[in-house]
Amino acid sequence: MTPLNRKLYRDLWRLRGQVLAIALVIASGIAVLAMSLTSMEALTDTALAYYERYRFADVFARVERAPGYMADRIRALPGVQSVDTRVVKSAILDMPGFDEPVIGQLVSVPERATPPLNQLALRSGRLPRVGHPDEAILSEPFAEAHGLGPGGRFGAVINGNRRTLTVVGIALSPEFVYTIGPGALMPDDHRFGIVWLGEEALQAAFDLKGAFNQVSLSLLRGTDPELVIRRLDQMLARYGGVGAYARADQMSNWFLMNEIRQLESLAAILPTVFLAVAAFLTNMVLARLIAMERSEIGLLKAFGYTNATIAWHYVKFVIGVAVVGILIGWAAGYWFGLLNTRLYADFYRFPFLLFDPSPRAFVIAALVSVAAALAGTLGAVRAGVRIPPAEAMRPPSPPMFQRTRLGRSRLFAALDQPTRILLRQIGRYPVRSTLTSLGTGMAVAVLVSSLQWLDSINHLVDVYFQQAQAQDVTVGFATTKSSEVERDLGRLPGVVTTESMRAVAAKLRFGPREERQALQGVPAHQELSRVYDASGHALEMPPDGLVISTMLAEMLDVGIGDRITVEVLEGRRPVFEVPVAATFETYIGSPAYLDIRALNRLMHERPSVNSVHLRLDRNEMQDFYRELKAVPQVAWLSLKEAAVATFHDTLAKTLLIFIGFFVVFACTLAFGVTYNAARIALSERGRELATLRVLGFTRAEISYILLGEIGFLTLVALPLGCVLGYALGALILRAFKTELYRIPMAIQLETLGLAVLIILSATVFSAFLVRRRLDHLDLIAVLKTRE
Amino acid sequence: MAPTPALRTRDLTKVYRSGEVEVHALRGVSLDLYPADLIVLLGPSGSGKSTLLNILGGLDTASGGEAWFGDLQLTGLDDRGLTRYRRAHVGFVFQFYNLIPSLTALENVALVTEIAERPMSPEEALRIVGLGERLHHFPAQLSGGEQQRVAIARAIAKRPGILLCDEPTGALDSRTGILVLEAIERIHAELGTTTVLITHNAVIADMTDRVLVMGDGRILEERHNTRRRRAAELSW
Repeated sequence: MTPLNRKLYRDLWRLRGQVLAIALVIASGIAVLAMSLTSMEALTDTALAYYERYRFADVFARVERAPGYMADRIRALPGVQSVDTRVVKSAILDMPGFDEPVIGQLVSVPERATPPLNQLALRSGRLPRVGHPDEAILSEPFAEAHGLGPGGRFGAVINGNRRTLTVVGIALSPEFVYTIGPGALMPDDHRFGIVWLGEEALQAAFDLKGAFNQVSLSLLRGTDPELVIRRLDQMLARYGGVGAYARADQMSNWFLMNEIRQLESLAAILPTVFLAVAAFLTNMVLARLIAMERSEIGLLKAFGYTNATIAWHYVKFVIGVAVVGILIGWAAGYWFGLLNTRLYADFYRFPFLLFDPSPRAFVIAALVSVAAALAGTLGAVRAGVRIPPAEAMRPPSPPMFQRTRLGRSRLFAALDQPTRILLRQIGRYPVRSTLTSLGTGMAVAVLVSSLQWLDSINHLVDVYFQQAQAQDVTVGFATTKSSEVERDLGRLPGVVTTESMRAVAAKLRFGPREERQALQGVPAHQELSRVYDASGHALEMPPDGLVISTMLAEMLDVGIGDRITVEVLEGRRPVFEVPVAATFETYIGSPAYLDIRALNRLMHERPSVNSVHLRLDRNEMQDFYRELKAVPQVAWLSLKEAAVATFHDTLAKTLLIFIGFFVVFACTLAFGVTYNAARIALSERGRELATLRVLGFTRAEISYILLGEIGFLTLVALPLGCVLGYALGALILRAFKTELYRIPMAIQLETLGLAVLIILSATVFSAFLVRRRLDHLDLIAVLKTRE
Repeated sequence: MAPTPALRTRDLTKVYRSGEVEVHALRGVSLDLYPADLIVLLGPSGSGKSTLLNILGGLDTASGGEAWFGDLQLTGLDDRGLTRYRRAHVGFVFQFYNLIPSLTALENVALVTEIAERPMSPEEALRIVGLGERLHHFPAQLSGGEQQRVAIARAIAKRPGILLCDEPTGALDSRTGILVLEAIERIHAELGTTTVLITHNAVIADMTDRVLVMGDGRILEERHNTRRRRAAELSW
């Protein structure tokens, strides 16, 4: 080993505290990057393999009832590879040991053959047999939630007939990787599940013999789904088609792909913060190392070492620090990635999980961090090796200080000398001081931007569920009902108030833009489910005219007064124009409302409803649920309290783990910045501090000078970090914004306080480590040596 | 009756252990320093003079023997006690000045007067060393001799019981060195501070009444100058 390399190893070892502190910051960046990239890769690989192996369809369409022979016609469309027709219906289920009614989505599965598309991944048991109409397969998460396995039994009201079904198998399906019930915001495996029944049995139960109400298509490679969808819509319109949609818009797949996109944003935003701070820290440490080794550099040059050799020596130091960080980051990233992917597997249910990260993610992470560290330090290296040898061997002249206007001010005159020392030190190195504050500020920001999720989501839940909705239960029907159904439901035990609603599937058009969006008819003045603006007020429905969400207004590029063309996709399929009367801000979906009377009029129908909101007397809930289980044609149910509870449970499971990661990362960041800043201050001013000790200053007093500077910079960093955190949070939330939901920024003061407190603790801890070194200052050496 | 010594040591020993080797830096030093004494500790490097100065100044602890500052027994004080002692009673002047670069001349002196019990004003201290005009200069704006005189002003501003100067002219040329010695001389004359000057420059010994020559951890010889020469008369 060359002497220079030996020096390199010893330098790295001597500065191990600082090297490790920086390496941990680099490792955090790499861990986030590798975690995001590996989870992305695992989710993508798993999803694609799953979709391919179990033949997930490319296009889906629902109709009211289409004759079986239509399948052949659809198959004949250009670009179509295979076609599968099914019956898909809903039923209220009566699960053993569970009082509340449960909604089951009934999906037909052929008894005699394997379906060409959307095949089941049978986890246990078998398929239903011909002639056994009560044999059912349950989706695995649903079966788990209710503790059912093959042989288990449960009740179901299927098309008005009460039946007892027997579980014969447990399965997963590529169609239901993410199982979310109608009207729900999060999966609730207790209250919504998929039930596969034999095709013949289901056709018989719903009077659909030789017919279907759902069709799935797979396309030939390179076929544009939009072309097929257009032809399909034309073909199915007269069978009550409500518009076909591509895989990209299929609910389960949409959520999964959205998750992957969010990981992508995460991979881009947060590692940047960590690596930038790491670059600054490496620069700070290296600049100090080079300053201390001035005379050695001069000596090496005097011996004839070239600038390039010396520069390479210090570059290797930087690479060395980065490599330590990379190794830790790789290990942590792999582990976090695995953990994260497993966590995802709780929500996105796959029959298998492909976690086999390619080296790509790790190589990218490593290259990015080495590049960042080098970019940050090249300036210091260049400045260091450029000094002529003779000058390098002389001690550096004492740092120049100047009296500024502030220094002459009366305020400054009132300060004691130790305070002046620390303030002048900050002023003497403005860039370094600013970057130190910025570094700690970034730690606060990372923390604020992760902790804000809890506040923001709580705010969303509060506005969406608590402020806007006064109902306890919403009952949805499979078909449009006469408005009398509201009265019928009102007679159920415990019902205090009712409010009906009608939604129709429609295409909304304005100019060249078109969106598929249910049009929701609601009472002019809503008592229960209110059309509610996020700023905190409900909107009355104008007699005619749409009240649309700002999201939809944005999607259609419309403003108040513009007339939207509505093409209804059900009933008599009327097409009409309505003006936009008002817009409102909402966090969920992109809804469009109008007065229910106006909607019924435009549909040319007598008063009709398809869902009813109910407010209940809590004392009679059990009776209400019992009777509700017998109400025919209930297609979906939304229990507000359960929805809120699910929301919070899910968040507790996922978000807290995620936030836990980031608390650790942010503390690492704060620790790395403070520890290095304090160590460098100590290295630069050890002699000064020792002198003060000799002059009779106590340890506490000199600690004040050393740590006061860090303390001051931290105090500046805290409010700065809160502001940065707000910006970072907004950036992340914007990256997470979708047409389905927008999470509003709503950071609570307590959260800022918590973030500040956590970072302050990390800072104090690192300051404490450096403070201990003050006890070992060599007072005697100070008298004898010149720096 | 003989006056009470300001500083007194009895059989002071100091042993450093460096690896396997024991270094006997002091091998039993007994010494009395009286108020208003100006003495020079002379000796080659390794003779133990710095070790003695460090123990007298409360920077180091002895391995054996006793050291007293008036009624205060220095041997036996803990770190806190030694800090208090240095703060209240000791003025230090170092070879390399050890000024705080971020403080002006005035502020460097104020650094000490702020924590002293009955200090003189920083301006007064700087006037005594002849720097009344350069109060607001930073160390980097002062010459070596000026820096050392600021350091002396800093050492005496608290009106210390004892002034310890470790090679105060070691880093200076002879002309500047003499200016510094003149400052020390004037302070001794004006304030009567007990002053110990360490040097290996034998010429400086001529400006004091008492010269202690050290070697091998012991006081080898004590000389009394019959005639003190003024600092201005010295040359080397």
